[in-house]
Amino acid sequence: MIVIKGVPASAGIAIGRAYLLENEEIVINRLDIAPQRVRLEVKRFKLALEATHRDLDATEAKALKMLGKEHARLIDTHRLILRDPLITKDVPKRILDEGVNAEFALSEALEVVNQTFEKMQDEFFRERRHDLFDVGKRLLSHLLKQEKKGLTDIKAPSILVARNLLPSDTLNLRENNILGFVTDLGGKSSHTALLAQSMEIPAVVGLSDASQRVKTGDQIIVDGDQGLVLIHPSPEAIVKYEKAREQSLQEEEALERFVGVPATTADGIRVRVKVNMDSPEELKPAAALRPDGVGLFRTEYLYLNRPSAPTEEEQSRIYIPVTRAFAPQPVVFRTADIGGDRLTQLGLEGPKNEANPFMGLRGIRIFLKHPDLMKTQFRAMLRAAPYGKVEVLLPMISSIEEIQGARRVFFEAHQELLAEGVEVPKKVPLGIMVEIPSAALMLDALLDEVDFVSIGTNDLIQYTLAVDRINEEVAHLYDPFHPAIVRLLHQIVETTHRRDKKVTVCGEMASDPRAVPLLVGLGVDVFSVTPRMFLRIKQIIRSIRMEDARAAIHKAVRMSDSREIQRLVGEL
Amino acid sequence: MIEKTFTIKNRLGLHARPAALFVQTSVRHNCKIQVSKVQSGEEIVVNGKSVMGIMMLAAACGEQVKVVLEGADEAAAMKGFEALFQRNFDEE
Repeated sequence: MIVIKGVPASAGIAIGRAYLLENEEIVINRLDIAPQRVRLEVKRFKLALEATHRDLDATEAKALKMLGKEHARLIDTHRLILRDPLITKDVPKRILDEGVNAEFALSEALEVVNQTFEKMQDEFFRERRHDLFDVGKRLLSHLLKQEKKGLTDIKAPSILVARNLLPSDTLNLRENNILGFVTDLGGKSSHTALLAQSMEIPAVVGLSDASQRVKTGDQIIVDGDQGLVLIHPSPEAIVKYEKAREQSLQEEEALERFVGVPATTADGIRVRVKVNMDSPEELKPAAALRPDGVGLFRTEYLYLNRPSAPTEEEQSRIYIPVTRAFAPQPVVFRTADIGGDRLTQLGLEGPKNEANPFMGLRGIRIFLKHPDLMKTQFRAMLRAAPYGKVEVLLPMISSIEEIQGARRVFFEAHQELLAEGVEVPKKVPLGIMVEIPSAALMLDALLDEVDFVSIGTNDLIQYTLAVDRINEEVAHLYDPFHPAIVRLLHQIVETTHRRDKKVTVCGEMASDPRAVPLLVGLGVDVFSVTPRMFLRIKQIIRSIRMEDARAAIHKAVRMSDSREIQRLVGEL
Repeated sequence: MIEKTFTIKNRLGLHARPAALFVQTSVRHNCKIQVSKVQSGEEIVVNGKSVMGIMMLAAACGEQVKVVLEGADEAAAMKGFEALFQRNFDEE
């Protein structure tokens, strides 16, 4: 038995046979292209470029769905590389000037860049070449018309062993019989690791030479909790790990009994636990959890990878079945929180260049600039209202004028539909996301205009603490237990309750087992959580005594040290 | 033709994100854009519309790069670059 230690990238235990994904050394031969055929060769290259762009779109859509918009930004860098003149201009020039095949021209062009990068002293800069490789490999595979070898050949459930996995490969693991994976390269915060976590595939990365040590068919164990890989495990180890796996499965099964039971605290206070949804594909599994409704249905995905905005018809065809599936429980549809870059792709005039898209044209700001987009979406949502209980949520609200502007359009949409004979209920609740500090600070005024509020904790924390979570230099400063955050949340809940309105938390905090007791104590009415965490969160809520949680929060809002608050909440 | 030399002030230098910002500004202008850096007595020149090119300069904090523009909209383009460098590419 050999045990190697790597970086635990995704929790869980997998036991099975290894499948070694060979390091694809693509051999590229130089072929001479006859002068009358070089134009065709250039054309072939251009087609491969287009296909790669489509790949990136598809990867972005998948990444967005599974990981959220922050991680999908990586794709933007890849797109920029794909548009780089070193690729779009130099490669065709090489084909024409030298009369060579596209593959060879491309590999020569990449090699020049690679050599420059390899000579760099600065490790940080040197590592950037991996982005180039990722893009280069995709392009080559399109030129060679080569399906990425491997994954689809795997017939029996296996543990994937590879030198490295690209995020795009990782997205396909679930559908390909993969129990877990181990790689030589990669770190805990790599895109590959994050994907594995969201797909619940156990993974260990950064093992340096696992792909050299393991052969296809070897029995291995992946311990994603401790970052261990056991090759040819001893019988004792197998027994031990099977037990551990059994136990975690049992824990999961134990959670099953929380399906359909009300989310009531140990001392009998009822709160609501709902699910977040990103696409209609999640409908079946989400409905099976029997939640108290959908607290957040994100509609961003509807605006991806397309040359024009989705029509009312197209949208209502999605909103209606979702509404019907959860009736009589409410479904909260949020208007699209898309960024300015989308506008140009949808054939609309968008911002030329945004240095800081996080503080740029996005969410409600886009819709107020393009009221037609907003009205179409409102109409589609309202069309679903007769089929159940629909509520509408506005993202990125920072001022009262924005709400009033949106409400005018909402009112028009409502009136139009009534005039057209659609039986829209007289009252469809309209709420706002509280995710910008200005909205939190003047919430008492905003509450005149809205029926409910939903706290987007991720953005609220980022904007309040001025921390960009994807900036590794400052990511550690992102802290849901920061005293300022606790006080701000407290203020939001208190203000809203004074007006007899309800507060939902739909951000990551509501799905974080550590943070849930804090939110319970603060008096949050609705927890809208990712379906994967739904039962676990309900279990936690049912174990907490509201009285204790409230007492703890009473102290917490007076504390000035995050660790102290964490300790206090941890005791609940 | 106009040119200007800038000193890089953001801590990580012209890495992927600033390079991307630089190129996003470049491609909005028609003029020819060259960026160069002197390293051990040798001048490395790259295409200012190429993100890989800019990254290949590996221009670190404190180093100087020369931006040379040639074309009808060179003045407007230079303004764009001046703003970018002045803002330190929105980094510290």
